[in-house]
Amino acid sequence: MKSLAELLNGIRPEFDFRLSRDFIGDGMLDSFDMVTLVSTLDKTYGISIDGVDIVPEHFQNLDTITTLLHRYGVQP
Amino acid sequence: MNFTFRGKRISGLLAVVPAREHSFLEEMKNFNFPEARSRKLMEVMGYDKHRLVEPGVCVSDLAVFGLQYLFDRNFLGRDDFDALILVTQSPDQLMPPTSNIIQGRLKLKQDLFCLDINQGCAGFIIGLIQALLLLEQPSIRKVVLINADVLSRRTSPKDRNSYPLVGDAASFTVIERGAKDTALYVNLKMDGTRGEALTIPAGGFRLPSSAETAMLEDVGDNNLRAKDHLRMDGSAVFNFVQLEVPPMIESLLSFAGFKREDIDFYVFHQPNRFMLQKLAAKMKVPYAKMPMNVVERFGNSSGVTIPMAIASSLRQALATHQFRVCLAGFGVGLTWASMLMPLGPLDFCELIDQP
Repeated sequence: MKSLAELLNGIRPEFDFRLSRDFIGDGMLDSFDMVTLVSTLDKTYGISIDGVDIVPEHFQNLDTITTLLHRYGVQP
Repeated sequence: MNFTFRGKRISGLLAVVPAREHSFLEEMKNFNFPEARSRKLMEVMGYDKHRLVEPGVCVSDLAVFGLQYLFDRNFLGRDDFDALILVTQSPDQLMPPTSNIIQGRLKLKQDLFCLDINQGCAGFIIGLIQALLLLEQPSIRKVVLINADVLSRRTSPKDRNSYPLVGDAASFTVIERGAKDTALYVNLKMDGTRGEALTIPAGGFRLPSSAETAMLEDVGDNNLRAKDHLRMDGSAVFNFVQLEVPPMIESLLSFAGFKREDIDFYVFHQPNRFMLQKLAAKMKVPYAKMPMNVVERFGNSSGVTIPMAIASSLRQALATHQFRVCLAGFGVGLTWASMLMPLGPLDFCELIDQP
């Protein structure tokens, strides 16, 4: 299974997501990329991330996304 | 806020879309984004086709076409209705009201209550509430509710946030008295403090349109739009919908005394497929009970999407059957409103092209 950084690279191949702590602030993810990422995470892990969890603070960096996924029982 | 209305029904419904069809695949080159990224978004959001009016076509043009269609086929008599409600955010002119323009163009009778309402994605519910209130008066026998918008004319073709999903359309809903024991339940909320999430900044009296407001500008998200154009804070709107709509539906069901599974169809405003799928998942509603194919076929036409979803997905069944439906609209204002009612059999239910 692909790592979280690899999944993110599938959406924005031009960035190395391991190097940033602020994907949104650094211009690496916009709100539409977040939607695409959520759809990818839902399909990859067989979950449905709640709509109210689709907010920028959960998609700041690899750690915050991992924390979110833990809440859905996923160990990425 | 809750309302209950009794003894009234929707008796017929017509949706009209412009014949001119645009495709997201063809429009992708206009956006300042790599094609691969746009294709991914297309798959998730359901962007595909959308119907747009020809340059210069106004709401009253769609309205006159649709009403004439109803008159010509004897679905509606010219003198059979006593109120004409138009819900639109794209009036022909600032004054007079576009409902009066429609009345004048069709030479309808003077004993006609013409009313414009400025509302958007919740506009079908808002218009229905007004129609039901008018029907409390004995002198009002039937109300024609028109929802219509041509917002593509105020959306930047270089704005990937808005342009791929916008659609132009009109719907015509006839509301009249029905069986006395029929009950229609409504829940409505508004919050003007969040109104900036969906706006057209220029063109009113606060900021009149000018050469400056017509200039395209990059507002930092790779999209080009002018102050004359529709602006949508997609993230704020998405969060608003996910936060407010599920509890609203729970509240409506509780108020009306129904369980979630008692509802045959949840016909919601059609912003995009992803948002509807997330709502369905949150509310534990099967996709089969929630039509969500309007955006990919016709675009998001604001207050018209609910009647369009009905005409598009339930047309044949509604000719002979009655269903318990839960309608919900949410957007501009911000406004979120829902209605629970029996729907059908309908005297007419069609979806047609305007040539």
